[in-house]
Amino acid sequence: MTRHARRRFLTYLVAAPALAVATRFGVEAYAPGSADAAIPTPPAPADLVDLGDLLILAGKPTADMLVLSVDEDGGVDFRLPREEVGQGLTTAVAMLVAEELDTPLDRVRVHLEDARPELLFNQLTGSSNAVRSLYDPVRRTAAAARARMVAAAARQWGLKASELTVRAGVVVAPDGRTASYGSLTTAAATLDLGSLTVTPKKESEHTLVGTPTSRIDARALVTGSHPYTLDLDVPGAKPCMVRRPPTINGTVTSVGNEAAVRAMPGVVDVVVIDSGVAVVAETFGQALDGKNALEVTWGGGTVDTLSDSDIRARLKAATPSLDLLGALVRKVDTEFDFAFASHAPLETNSAVADVRPDRAEIWSGLKSPIVAQAAIAQAVGLPVSKVTVHVMQSGGSFGRRLFYDAALEAAVVSKKSGRPVRLMWSRIDDMRHGRMRPATHHRVRATYAAGQVLTFQHRVAAVETDFRHGLGDAVTAAAASLPTGLGNATFAQTLFLTTVKSPYDFGVTTQTLTEVPLRMHTGSWRSVYSANTRGAEEIVVDELAARLGKDPVDFRRSFLKTDRQRAVLDRAATEGDWGRELPDGWAQGIGFHEEYKSCTACLVEIDATDPKKPRVARAVIVADVGRVINPRGLEAQLLGGLTDAISTTLRAGLHIDKGLPLEGSYSQFHYARQKDAPKDVRIHVIEGAGEPGGAGELGVPAAVGAVANAYARATGTKPRSFPVNFDVDFTPFPR
Amino acid sequence: MPSHTFTVNGKSVTVDAPDDLPLLWALRDLLDIRGPKYGCGINVCKACTSHLDGEAFNPCVLPVSEASGREVTTIEGLADGDRLHPVQEAWLEQDVAQCGYCQPGQIMAAVALLKRTRNPTDADIDAIANVCRCGTYFRIREAIKSAAERMA
Ligand code: FES
Ligand code: FES
Repeated sequence: MTRHARRRFLTYLVAAPALAVATRFGVEAYAPGSADAAIPTPPAPADLVDLGDLLILAGKPTADMLVLSVDEDGGVDFRLPREEVGQGLTTAVAMLVAEELDTPLDRVRVHLEDARPELLFNQLTGSSNAVRSLYDPVRRTAAAARARMVAAAARQWGLKASELTVRAGVVVAPDGRTASYGSLTTAAATLDLGSLTVTPKKESEHTLVGTPTSRIDARALVTGSHPYTLDLDVPGAKPCMVRRPPTINGTVTSVGNEAAVRAMPGVVDVVVIDSGVAVVAETFGQALDGKNALEVTWGGGTVDTLSDSDIRARLKAATPSLDLLGALVRKVDTEFDFAFASHAPLETNSAVADVRPDRAEIWSGLKSPIVAQAAIAQAVGLPVSKVTVHVMQSGGSFGRRLFYDAALEAAVVSKKSGRPVRLMWSRIDDMRHGRMRPATHHRVRATYAAGQVLTFQHRVAAVETDFRHGLGDAVTAAAASLPTGLGNATFAQTLFLTTVKSPYDFGVTTQTLTEVPLRMHTGSWRSVYSANTRGAEEIVVDELAARLGKDPVDFRRSFLKTDRQRAVLDRAATEGDWGRELPDGWAQGIGFHEEYKSCTACLVEIDATDPKKPRVARAVIVADVGRVINPRGLEAQLLGGLTDAISTTLRAGLHIDKGLPLEGSYSQFHYARQKDAPKDVRIHVIEGAGEPGGAGELGVPAAVGAVANAYARATGTKPRSFPVNFDVDFTPFPR
Repeated sequence: MPSHTFTVNGKSVTVDAPDDLPLLWALRDLLDIRGPKYGCGINVCKACTSHLDGEAFNPCVLPVSEASGREVTTIEGLADGDRLHPVQEAWLEQDVAQCGYCQPGQIMAAVALLKRTRNPTDADIDAIANVCRCGTYFRIREAIKSAAERMA
């Protein structure tokens, strides 16, 4: 709502990529650590082409359709076709723009782009792919704008562009004459400057990119002035909440007391929608009272008879068994269970909608706004071109905001009620009817002999993950064109195979996914399959090391595939003082993970003196993500990944009981609080080379392994079911 | 409809609302003061943390009638014009916020803590129960310590 209506002068849009984007196919060297050590594992699909590569490929035709404008005060506006949910993307992008334009960072404003269907697959935020996919296009766009400014100044002064320099948004001639971007922008936009050669700066010339930089919106965030979706002032928009069924996907049969609820103070309207019964009121407090007072007869849901034990049994039954082996084969054979986990972003699912007979306007936190726009247009019976979808910066996501359910509900209520609405999910509904990471079951077997790991097999069964939010389309479009054979795999298989890989030379390595289709509200959760899959593998790695009589760090070092990986592991061991003396009940644990062209190691120290109340007291994280845009933002992401891992490994999960999660608030879904978080966290970023890798989800899997391994060593147990402390230690809210 | 008069961020305000309307909604929906955030509505997440007569409280569970005649401070009332409170400054220095949604509550909780004790221990900081789903706890801890130094 703070969009300034100032006219923009230079609005630059690069119509087609000037430079080819090279998709990296398996550029790492796969030489084993030392010739006589590990048995090399051939590259897995994810080593050759990962999910990020697929998404970059899918987005490539429209990658450069970015809009940058410079106003006559020299302020730069950049429209970012991605979502910001706290991951620091707007800051990273502002840094890239400021760098290429040679203008101060505080002159750059980044706006989240409305849904733009013509961007096709280039407006989807996920898979830790934003920086990877935007790095070149953003720099090219800003470099093009700079070139036009310089050309306009050159024309004005009768000089050659090559003679001019730019300092802090001001073009400077050799004789000292200056012209600010603001004064040049009209000329830059209107003059025929011929075709300009545009080359982004060499990375060695970067002065801002790569330096620790605070969030561009930090001040707005600490003063409470940043507007989240429900902080917007859309004239006439009334608070709205939805009463939801007692089981997942239950339906409304009838409402018994509609008139009585309508008569309650502040209640403005009662509207039945697919997912429940919406109450529109003057305040959210009154909408909540109204929704609670409703007497609704419900139809059944889609998993009404299912509870955790049934789901676990189905997963177990679906996990392919591993071949029988002779008694002489030495092996580690284990199974793991991971519970459902809520995304639980602190800002609950929310949207504002103003649907009129001839047009609609929607505001919501959306990582997949093009798909949302199409679905909303269909639901309210308008052409897509009449539905404006504004993407709002949001209070967390972790995968949740790939889905647009709140926006769709708000649009339908607005249409049916004939007024604009501000729709908010209650926390209880957000946990019970929101999205969750699917529960998984794992069967892992590693065989070994003569100090070598001969085979490593991992069979994963997962409740089906719902990917119907546009990611599927993007990946399918790209996968079909790849010469890797992935095009024939199902979508979930493709996703699994392009993300999950082992960083170790463990001989013949196979990792497979089997999905159990249950109609529940699932969704990818920060690091998708990797948190559980790679987390479980890191536990097995520790157990293999013990069998082979090796220290967990030494063992990893001798089986990792590349020097880059070993450098990260060794740095963590050194910085974390691996092997130091600790009191009884305490232990260190280590985990390693490689994905998104990045790698990381995590070392934690846990105090499990009371195994029911373990606390990770200290953590050291080391990461190499290639080229780093903003080390400060990267560290924040790794810190968040660590907290996620501590939470879901030790205490946070959802119990499904007869078709509904029992948990309904943070007093029940035990996401870590300050008292559960380490008092000492040190994060080291290794200065990497080449293109930027992904980082938003990177921190989770290694930390899951580290926390589980530390817990195992501190307690002398072998944790197999996560979270390890998962009692129903609360009285569930009524359904 | 009963009317309730109290002070918010130094200004006297009057709202017409049912006695039992949680103050959070009087602030957000009737007074357009939207710094305090909803995260649970039942005094669990602490996202709405503000001050009542100088002490931390959670307006999601305080009936508006109980605010009558009292002084409410929300995150919007913490800075002195353009001059930020030292705790906000410390938050900027540590670049604490990720999504930022919990941070108004975190900051108000930290300010209240530093009012009670100038030198908070780790145990004092552990007692802050505000949820940060982005997991910024370590930076929050560092920022509180840094703010304590600034305010010493
Ligand atoms: S909204 Fe007030 S404590 Fe959660
Ligand atoms: S910064 Fe996102 S919830 Fe704390």
